[in-house]
Formats: sequence, structure tokens, C-alpha cells
Amino acid sequence: MAVTIGERTATVATPRPRPRRTLAQRIDHATGGFFLWPSILLILAMGIFPFVAAIYLSLTRFELVKGGFKLTWVGLANYRKLVLGSERLHFLGKLVDPEPVGVIAVAAIALGGAWILVRRIRARETTIGGAISYLVALSVAVGIAWVIASTVAPTGRAGTLVVTTLYVVVGITFQYLIGLGLALLCTMKLPGRRFFRIVFLLPMMITPVGVAYMFRMMTDTSKGPLQPIWALAGLSSYSWVNDPWGARTAVMIGDVWQWTPFMFIVLVAALEAQPTDPIEAARVDGASDLDIFRYVTLPSILPVSTSLVLIRMIEAFKIVDLPRVMTNGGPGTATESMTLHAVIIWRALDFGGATAVAFLLVALVTVIATAFVNVARTRVTEAT
Amino acid sequence: MRGTRGIRRLARHVARAAVAVTIAATTVMPVMPAAAQTGPYAGVEINVLTGVGPQIAEPLARRGKEWAERNGAKVNVTTVPFSDIYSKILTDVYTRTNAFDIYVFAPQWMGDYAVGGFLEPLDAHIAQHPEIEWTDIAPFFRDFSATFQGTTYTVPLDGDFHMLYNRSDILTKLNLKSPNTWDDYLVVAKAITDAKLTTEEGKPVYGSCISKKRGAQAYWFVSSIAGSYIQAQGTSQGGFFDVDTFKPLVNNEGFAKALDFYKDSTKFGPPDELNLDVGDTRGLFTAGQCGLSLDWGDIGTLAIDKATSKVIDKTGASILPGSNRVVDRKTGKLVACDKTTCPYADAAGVNHAPFAAFGGWSGAINAGSSAKKKAAAADYLAYVTAPAQSGVDVTIGLTGFNPYRTTHFANMDTWSQAGMSKEAADLYLGAIKSSLNSPNMMLDLRVQNNQYYQQVVLDTIISQFAAGEIGRDEAMQTIFDRWEEKTEELGRDRQLATYRATLGVTK
Repeated sequence: MAVTIGERTATVATPRPRPRRTLAQRIDHATGGFFLWPSILLILAMGIFPFVAAIYLSLTRFELVKGGFKLTWVGLANYRKLVLGSERLHFLGKLVDPEPVGVIAVAAIALGGAWILVRRIRARETTIGGAISYLVALSVAVGIAWVIASTVAPTGRAGTLVVTTLYVVVGITFQYLIGLGLALLCTMKLPGRRFFRIVFLLPMMITPVGVAYMFRMMTDTSKGPLQPIWALAGLSSYSWVNDPWGARTAVMIGDVWQWTPFMFIVLVAALEAQPTDPIEAARVDGASDLDIFRYVTLPSILPVSTSLVLIRMIEAFKIVDLPRVMTNGGPGTATESMTLHAVIIWRALDFGGATAVAFLLVALVTVIATAFVNVARTRVTEAT
Repeated sequence: MRGTRGIRRLARHVARAAVAVTIAATTVMPVMPAAAQTGPYAGVEINVLTGVGPQIAEPLARRGKEWAERNGAKVNVTTVPFSDIYSKILTDVYTRTNAFDIYVFAPQWMGDYAVGGFLEPLDAHIAQHPEIEWTDIAPFFRDFSATFQGTTYTVPLDGDFHMLYNRSDILTKLNLKSPNTWDDYLVVAKAITDAKLTTEEGKPVYGSCISKKRGAQAYWFVSSIAGSYIQAQGTSQGGFFDVDTFKPLVNNEGFAKALDFYKDSTKFGPPDELNLDVGDTRGLFTAGQCGLSLDWGDIGTLAIDKATSKVIDKTGASILPGSNRVVDRKTGKLVACDKTTCPYADAAGVNHAPFAAFGGWSGAINAGSSAKKKAAAADYLAYVTAPAQSGVDVTIGLTGFNPYRTTHFANMDTWSQAGMSKEAADLYLGAIKSSLNSPNMMLDLRVQNNQYYQQVVLDTIISQFAAGEIGRDEAMQTIFDRWEEKTEELGRDRQLATYRATLGVTK
């Protein structure tokens, strides 16, 4: 159709009438939604709604009243209580001036994090948004490191935040190192390696409560199954669980024992999957075993190691069974993790407080995991 | 193809197994109820929730089986760790899950459940079951433990007082007397420890065994120790809060003395005392490894168990030790006992405040259960508590049930048949009776959310103090602050009114 305005003439397309859809086409069109919506609703119901409801719960106070219960809106009071109020000593611990070594460690984390960020900005490997989120994560990580340094000092006292972080950092470090060592042994052509592969996996198959009871018995120096050995070592009158660091060590040993197999099995697979050509080439070039491990093997398993540590880290932050069964969080609150902290106050109907602890744990995991991924990504990029 | 054959084979196995299970279910299962479905509650299934056994859970299951056989019903006893009972009951009732018909729990939590209307009032049920012999139950348990604001909500199944136990043979051997004060306790505990005694198996004998495990039942012992320093003017004075202001009585010289004792006694205990639950200390005592111990009535009956005890006729019992100095409520300082400050002191001028810790395991009925189940539940509880059954159960250490009826104290034959010598029975029952009859008996805390005050705050802080994480003064101040915070949250006036009502304060 031609339209003339003044001296100009333009051709305008005439809108065609839309063809009427047949019933079959309509059904076809609706099928996608028909199959998709139940899943979306299910996800909303099972995932998003409880999450939103939990956020609401963390901002309220639960109270039993005649005929049922009521939730009273208290705003951020539950969070304030944990960070600044009466639960501060329990959650954060007793903060004192850190020791010089603590200050150096915190400074190293801050400077190291800043150095990585500067390098990534110079290499144009990050966006402005990415840099900001990295800075936020780094600030929180440095803050947590400062809390740790301030509470593990001799006159300080670790709260559940620090104890949990300690379990994660120390536990995963040992799990990875031992797991890697065992995996290297099992990939060598040693007699009986198949048998040991199965044996090394066993701890992971045992329920955590069972592991906790077993370690509780073994650490009992006065009447446990290892009592003769403790007596022989002159430790029959010593109790691991009476001393805060002894109790934490006992819990961490149990955790390392149980989860090293997870590291082991994945690392065995990663080691066996690495190509042999670079190793043979390095050997021809005269590289020693240590050189091959450092410059060939380690970089090739780095991506797997990163994922492995990340998965374990997220899981380890939720530790509750071992301290619950072995020490009930004691002596004092020395072995109490954040999840156990939430459980204990949940039992007293402080649902708001328990949910607030849970959300602070989510924040902690997110920040630490983000920081770890950022650091690991740089290393993996360099390695590959 | 190989895989398909494997799947087919698996399917065949599953089908065979399903057929076998179906045949078994249709042939065997009906036999079981057929024999039982003849009583007045035929086909009724009652679910009971209580703490992990064998104590309490064992007699509930054993008596449940007897009762079920007579009535054609079924009783299932489910147990959860002690620290989870309170929340387990609450989640069951307020989510209307109603998975349980009977809760056997600490009656001091009753207020929280009763306020919500979750418990069945039992006055009518009790009237319908004369076999309960309600007036035979000691007044303290039926009028205080079992009732809330004038209504009866629980049936007492157990009588609870903290007491002092000693190894009479060791005291004789070392020429020592059973301690009458907390200071004496430390002296005796030290003497036993210094004697470096061993059992026949060569295991060491500790001067003192007190359960101090966190998240268990240890926090009651602190109140037992503090009681005689803080409460001297009779039961209505209260030992936890001031009855005029509801200010916590934890920031004074008496509570400080109690904390000092708590820590000092650890020096004479087993190396892992901070991780010992009451079950552990009882085991140590009956194994002959403790010179002194604090406990409910359980050690008394466990000590006569021929199968496990090595201290038969070597166990003495007495009222909790006391103090010859008590707290002046106005100043918070300790003052010497005299007729005015300690009107109920013993002949030696020592104030005792026997602590009715816990109040005795008691059975309540879920208000959300069906009428039929409620009736059956009431009948079952009546059977368990009736003198014929409970009179035997309180003499068995494994049950965890301690005497709470007049007949339990009067009928010496059952104690004799259980293997307790007359001398031991006199000591044991005498200690409970003197606690029960004391005009200065200290009542357990029964205000709303008392579980938070005690099982969360007190338990945690005491544990931190015992572990050396915090000092004495910091511990007292922290308990004070956190109790105050909770009181402000819940409403001081309401908490005060409840507290005064439980103490019988009417002014």
C-alpha cells in the first residue's frame, strides 16, 4: 500500500491478518508451559518459599500463646544480638589485641587479595562489577581473619564463627594433603593397592554419628578401647575433651579421618586421568620425580582440586554431627560449630535467633567460597 | 542383551520377594492383633515420647506391653536425647502433627505446653481411675509437679530430689564423716583422692563424681549447690529470682561460692568429668570408682543391682550438703547463719535447701489426640503409676523411677525384696524424705521458657566457666544479663506473676 504525505511517498506494509491457530497448534503452544509450570511451582514451593519464609523468621520472635503461637516482628534484633548483643561472646568470641603473628597473617591475606585484584584489573580480566564484588568478599574475608586472629590470642576466646572456620580450614588442608598422598601411593604400581583403595574408602561410608561415637570412645583415656595405650603413654589421667584445644583437635581428627577418603577417591581419578605424554617428555628432559609432580602433575589436577576443595568447603561449614556427639559443643563452647549453635538455640524455641545464625552461615560460606574461587581461578588460569 | 536379562532377573527376584512379603503379611500379621483385640481398648495404638533409655523408657515399654496385652491395645515408646525432648514435643503439638499421644517429660516445662492448650487436663481422667490412688502421691508431686495454674496436666511417674551419695566403707576406712556442708565436701573429696585408692580391678577411686557435661543434665547441680547459699527463708523465698523484682539471684557471693565449689570439685573428679552425663557418673559410682557423688535417687537403687553394682551395702545417702553462711538479699553478701538468717538450719547451724530438681518424670496426654486414644492413654498412665506397679519399679535402678508415693516409703518389704538392706533403705529413703519434708526445699524454675533460662544460658555459661573459658565474675554477669534480656523479651510482670504463683507467694 502506497501512502503520500506532501511530496514524499512511502510504502507501508499492510498488516496481514494472523492465521487462526488450529486446536492442535494451540495445544502444542501450551504444552511447553504445561510441562514447565509444575516444575517452576515446585521449585518455588520447595526452594524459594522456604528461603523467603526463613528470612522472615529470622526477623521475628517466636512465642507460644494460648491456643498456638505468634511471631512478633523484631527487625534485625536477632542479628544484632549475635554480632553486637548478648550472643556476641558466643558467636564471635572474646576479641583481644592479636599477637604479632596474627597481625602478619591478616596483613598477608589483605595484601595478597589486593595484589590479585590489581593483577586482574591490569590484565583486564575483570569487570567493574566483578572488582566490586571481589572487594566486598575480600573485606569480609579480612574481617573474619581479624576476628580469628583476635580470638585465638592467649587471652581471647573463639566463638562459633571462628571454631567453624577453623574446622573448615584445618580440616580441609589435612584432608587434601593426606588424600593426595594416599592417591599418589595408590596410583603407583605397588602390591595390594586395589585392597587399600577399598580400605581407604571405608571411613566415608560410615555414618558421621558412628564416626563421632567411635572417636569419643577412642579419645576416652580412662576407659575407652585405647585405654591401655593411653596408660602406656602416661596419659590415662589426661582428657582431650576437658581442654578446649584438645577437644577441638579430637573433633578435627575425626573429621579428617572421615572425609580424607572423599579427597582420595577423586584425586585418584584425577591422577589416573592425566595424560602420560607430558610426564614422559619431562622424564626424557631429565626432570626429577619432584619436578614432575610440581610442574606437571599438580597443574594438571588443579582444576579438579579446586572443585574438590570447594565442594568439601561448602559441606564442612555445616559440620554438626561430630561436635554434637563427641563433646556436645563443650567444654564450654570450645567445639561448638555455627550449625550446632543454631540447633542449641532452636531447641529453646528461639527460632528467630537460630535462623539468624543459619543466614550468617550462608553469608560466611558465600564470601569464603567466592574468595576461594577468585584465588583459585587465577591459579588455574596460570596453570593452564 | 546381557543387561536386559539382568534387569529381568532382578525384576523376577523383586516380584518373588513382594509375593513372599504379601503372603507373610496376610498370614502372620493378623495373628498378632487377633490375640490382643479383645480388651476394652482393642485396636488402639498409643505412641509415647520420652528420653533415651534404659531409664524411664524401659519401664514405660515393659509396663506398656503388660497393659497392652490386657487391653488389646498397642504401646509404642519412642525415645530422643534428653536435650531434644522439649523441642520435639513442641514441634509435634504446634505443627498439629500429633504423632504422639503421651509425653513423658520434665514437668517444669509444662507451663509452655499448657499455655498453648496442647495438654489434656487430667482432673476428670484421674477421677475416673481410682486405681491411681491420687492422694497416695506425695503432696509436692501431685500439687506442684503435676499441676499448672490449678489444673492437673501430668501424672507423676517418678520422684526427684538431688541427694548426696557416699561410699560408706571408704569413709569408715579413712575415718571421715559424710559431708554436711559444701566446704566439708571438698575436704572429704580431697582426702579420698589423696588416699589413692583403687578398685579390685585396679582402677582409681575418685574423690568426687559430678556430671558436668554440657547439653545434658549438669546445670541442675549448680542450682543444687547454690540453693543452700541463696535460699534460707523457706520454699516461698525462691532460689532463682527475687520474688519482688524478678531480678536473677546469680550475681552475689552465694552464687560465686557455688561456682567456686563447682570448679574446685573438678580437681577431685575423673579426668573427663566435664564430658560425663549422669549415666556416666552413676556407672562410675556403682563400679566403685567414686567416693562422693551428687545425683537424683537413681544411685540408691542402682547400687543394689546384683548384676552390675560393686557397692552393695557400701553406699550411704543423705540430704544435699548446705552452708553455714547465706546470702543477704539486700547486699548480695554472705552472712553467718543464725536464727533469723537461717530459721530452718539443722542442729549444726547449717542451712540446707534440698533441690527438687526436674520435679520427676511425668506423663501428659496430647490434647490433639482422639478421644479414644486419650482414654486409652489415661488408662495406661494410671496403670504405670498405680502403687502395685510403681511400688516395684521404684526399687529397680534401671527404671530411673524414684519413690514419690507414701506407700513407696512405707512398704519396706519391696525394698527388702529388691535386695536393699534395712540400714541402706533407711538411709536412702530417709534422705529423700528429709528433702521432701524440708520447709526450705528449693523448687525448680517453672516460668515460661524456663528451658532457655536453664538449658541454654545457665548450661552454656557454666560449661564455659568449668572449662576455664571465662572467669567466675564474667560467668555470673553473663548469666544475669542474658536472663534479664529474656525476661524483658517475655515480659517481666508476666514472668514474675508466674514465678510467685509457683512458689505460692500470695502477698
